[in-house]
Amino acid sequence: MFVSGGKSFARGGAVSAATVLIMTVTLGIIASLIFLSALLSFTLGTIKDKVDVSVYFVTTASEEEILAVKDQLLKLPQVESVSYTSAEDALIAFRARHSSDQLTLQALDELGSNPLDASLKVQAKNPSEYESIVNFLEASPTLSTDGASIVDRINYAQNKDVIDRISVAIGATQDIGFAVVILFAIASILIAFATVRLAIYTSKDEIAVMRLVGASNHYVQGPFIVTGIITGVISAIIVLLLLWPATWYIGLKTAIWFGGFSVASYYASNFAFVFLSVLLSGIGLGAIASILAIRKYLKA
Amino acid sequence: MIYFDQVTKRYGTMAALEGVTLSIAPKEFVSIVGHSGAGKTTLLKLLLAEECPTEGAVFFESMNVNDLPNSALHHYRRKIGMVFQDFRLIPNKTAYENIAFAMEAIGRNDEEIASDVPYILALVNLSDKAEHFPDQLSGGEKQRVAIGRAIINQPELIIADEPTGNLDPINTYEVVEILKKINELGTTVIIATHNKGVVDAIDKRVVTIDRGKLVRDDASGKYIL
Repeated sequence: MFVSGGKSFARGGAVSAATVLIMTVTLGIIASLIFLSALLSFTLGTIKDKVDVSVYFVTTASEEEILAVKDQLLKLPQVESVSYTSAEDALIAFRARHSSDQLTLQALDELGSNPLDASLKVQAKNPSEYESIVNFLEASPTLSTDGASIVDRINYAQNKDVIDRISVAIGATQDIGFAVVILFAIASILIAFATVRLAIYTSKDEIAVMRLVGASNHYVQGPFIVTGIITGVISAIIVLLLLWPATWYIGLKTAIWFGGFSVASYYASNFAFVFLSVLLSGIGLGAIASILAIRKYLKA
Repeated sequence: MIYFDQVTKRYGTMAALEGVTLSIAPKEFVSIVGHSGAGKTTLLKLLLAEECPTEGAVFFESMNVNDLPNSALHHYRRKIGMVFQDFRLIPNKTAYENIAFAMEAIGRNDEEIASDVPYILALVNLSDKAEHFPDQLSGGEKQRVAIGRAIINQPELIIADEPTGNLDPINTYEVVEILKKINELGTTVIIATHNKGVVDAIDKRVVTIDRGKLVRDDASGKYIL
């Protein structure tokens, strides 16, 4: 079966070459979709990272009390990270930020004491979860001492509109991206199927003869499935080889356009995943397309 | 061995065969004759279970071939060797491989194939063309490869549908001689032809079909139309 399938592929000439070409295009599209998904995830992740909520504490709140709140926040499943900034660190950062603004610095010196609050910067796993985190903070009993709240303010209310809009945009982009990926994947798979069907159609007389000499369906199918798998494997290897120069060339541009995301680096660091995805897609497409295409010739 | 019981085959409203009853005994050599479109090929297709009769039944060794499930068809067809007018060789296989694949198809091992195929190639006088592809062979050589493929598994029945239709007189003679030899060795042979010379050279039972009806069954080998 394997020898027969191999010979059949080798002797297929133009038909084998055409099938490999179309399969290469199909797998190229599938590989591109992997990179597109990674690029989309990276971009959305970058946007998500820029969204956070800061909780400012009254100047009388002790560091222990604030760190206790931090520990509680970290226990919440929707919280990605919490970073603590002391009042002193906030002041240093403020001075650094306004180092060229002598008027502001002078006003700060005249105050004589640190007017800035210690704060916790909370980052959620998903921007839509900020509201529940804020609700938790408002309801939490550890946020008060002697009946008075240690929270000065939470900047969620003024950021809410932006956060909500970003949440909707991220959701929509993910949905559209997923739909586009599925659409392109289906289209490319259908093209590959049609090509394999056409290749098998050219062998329909051969199949009929096999059936007439008493070949079982298994015997008839075997070499075609092997041929389909060989086509898939060769196409996958071509795509994986072509991806090196292609990602290197495109990577230079994507790193500039998409804030540091280089498809070349992604390909290098995720080679095993891309290799397996493309190779298994090639083998699966070749085998399944062959099985489906040959089925109609095995009915009578 | 073979029995057509009141077999009618219609394609739409047109009857390709009508009420045909025919019995063929083991080791017989039967020529089915008739004009083009008379129903000869339909008769053979029914026997091969490529088609189902509209009415009646076709029996092979007391088994109704139309009752066979799809999964059992290949076992049934292994009992039959087929020879076609257009040879139906597989173009990307050599003469050797075209004969060998009929053995592979029924699960014979490599040693059996290596032993039997050269013998059959010698029998059909093609030992020197074993590595030739069909497009490198003449019509007569292709038909001899097809006969080799048909007999390699020692079937009980050989069906030849216009086997000399594409051959010159010399190759026609060679093919007829090979088929006669196969029959003498004990294999039942059914040949469909409209070549009077072939029927006369065979000189065995002749069944005549005209417009789908069996009109003559002559044991003395007369071709009358």
